[in-house]
Amino acid sequence: MTPVTLASAGLDTGDTAWLLAATALVLLMTPGLALFYGGMVRTKSVLNMLMMSFVSIALVTVVWLVAGYSLAFGDDAFAGLIGGLGHAGMVGIGPDDLTGSVPTLLFTTFQLTFAILTAALISGAIADRMKFAAWLVLVPVWTLLVYVPVAHWVWGPGGWIKDSLGALDFAGGLVVEITCGASGLALALVIGPRIGFKKDAMRPHNLPMVMLGAGLLWFGWLGFNGGSALGANGLAAASVLNTLVAGCTGLLGWLFVEQRRDGHPTTFGAASGVVAGLVAITPACGTVGVLGAAVVGLAAGVVCSYAVAWKFRFDYDDSLDVVGVHFVGGVVGTLLIGLFATSTMTGGTDGLFYGGGAGQLARQTGAVLAVAAYTFLMTYGIGKVIDRMMGVRASEEEELTGLDQTVHAESAYDHGGLGHATAQTPGHSVLRLQDRSTAP
Amino acid sequence: MKLITAVVKPHRLDEVKTALQELGVNGMTVTEASGYGRQHGHTEVYRGAEYRVDLVPKIRMEVLVEDADAEAVLDAVVRAARTGKIGDGKVWAVPVETVVRVRTGERGPDAL
Repeated sequence: MTPVTLASAGLDTGDTAWLLAATALVLLMTPGLALFYGGMVRTKSVLNMLMMSFVSIALVTVVWLVAGYSLAFGDDAFAGLIGGLGHAGMVGIGPDDLTGSVPTLLFTTFQLTFAILTAALISGAIADRMKFAAWLVLVPVWTLLVYVPVAHWVWGPGGWIKDSLGALDFAGGLVVEITCGASGLALALVIGPRIGFKKDAMRPHNLPMVMLGAGLLWFGWLGFNGGSALGANGLAAASVLNTLVAGCTGLLGWLFVEQRRDGHPTTFGAASGVVAGLVAITPACGTVGVLGAAVVGLAAGVVCSYAVAWKFRFDYDDSLDVVGVHFVGGVVGTLLIGLFATSTMTGGTDGLFYGGGAGQLARQTGAVLAVAAYTFLMTYGIGKVIDRMMGVRASEEEELTGLDQTVHAESAYDHGGLGHATAQTPGHSVLRLQDRSTAP
Repeated sequence: MKLITAVVKPHRLDEVKTALQELGVNGMTVTEASGYGRQHGHTEVYRGAEYRVDLVPKIRMEVLVEDADAEAVLDAVVRAARTGKIGDGKVWAVPVETVVRVRTGERGPDAL
């Protein structure tokens, strides 16, 4: 994704129409992610999981329009590290302004949907135990201090990773996947493991919901990657096909490992494999051919299926495998660009396997290290500060009872139960209502 | 009268129910239960990690019978529930002092 700020180039209606559609597709990924994650947690905290994604849509949108977009995609203000505040509050951007061949307002919105998804992705690492108020503080701060700078480095005008280092990230292997994965790891370390981690299996409570979420993510991902061509063209078509292929080989790779290792091909594994393949092809979909995409997806499916077990060995409770799938998959995809990039896709750069030498692999490695280190350390620091200020962790009683009842006063599955018509949610009990009506 | 309680594997429910109906048992109460016995559950592998599952899903059946029928009912449950593998469950009988049919107020064996 290399935005070209040429206001003189005319608006292209085909490009604009496709990016409008792609923006809607990417926005749908966050509710899809909510279902994907929501199905994975236990019954008592599914609503809290859904809420963390939904509030991210609202919080990141506000922050993005106030300052995020300007800092990420405004003209470079300092050494390729951060953009200026010239467009804070979207000042100076009207319907006639263009980014490349599409309206700048559309480009802004498309980019906004990426920022939303990245923030929401982190929530998987701290499922079931984070104080909701702390999440409401974390998301805006994190967006401005972590997501926005990285987006500027990799995609912004004059960004150092793009212009000085020369690393390629077509749709967000660095900006989205490695960023959310490293941040998830940092936050999981700050907040500590769930009560019962490594002792209880904590299986997903609703696998059909996980599958539905994975389906919505796959659907939306076509817009995420295809839209990153910023035009209705062959590159978009190639990206869409690569995205489909990598999801498929990711699924097959994960199931192959599961069958051999655990003896069962699980639906959870299929859903995770699809996402692992999609994660890995995200940076590479605009730089590799179809064969390369198949290898990238397969590699991610296999590697990530092992990586999700690392949390048990190294003692970090990355509850829903943000590190194992997004960080590891993002690294796999970003590095494999160095091997499989083909000049027919990139307009000049070849990877090691296409006769381009090891130069691109070195540039990709440098970018991975820089982004991983920055996002991990910054998020760890932000998490510690918020913890000092207000505490990031729900109380033991809240965690054991479940955040749905203690934070939101709701329960996801109210089947009536005793007497067939009794709401089981204490927060809604008749007794409580009477108490209120008779209160002095 | 006796209360016979059986804790059995969930997939044997239909066989046990059929066996008791063939003996002429008039009613039963069935609940889903969890528990463990001598093996303290089992281990399972999920997503590359091994877990101890100590509470295994079971079916708990309760049947009220006359004293004379108790042995036959116990035997029938055991025959129908047995798979020969670990975790087949247990059946036991305890004496019951009184039984009342709520609708009519009948007491004792008449209420069964």
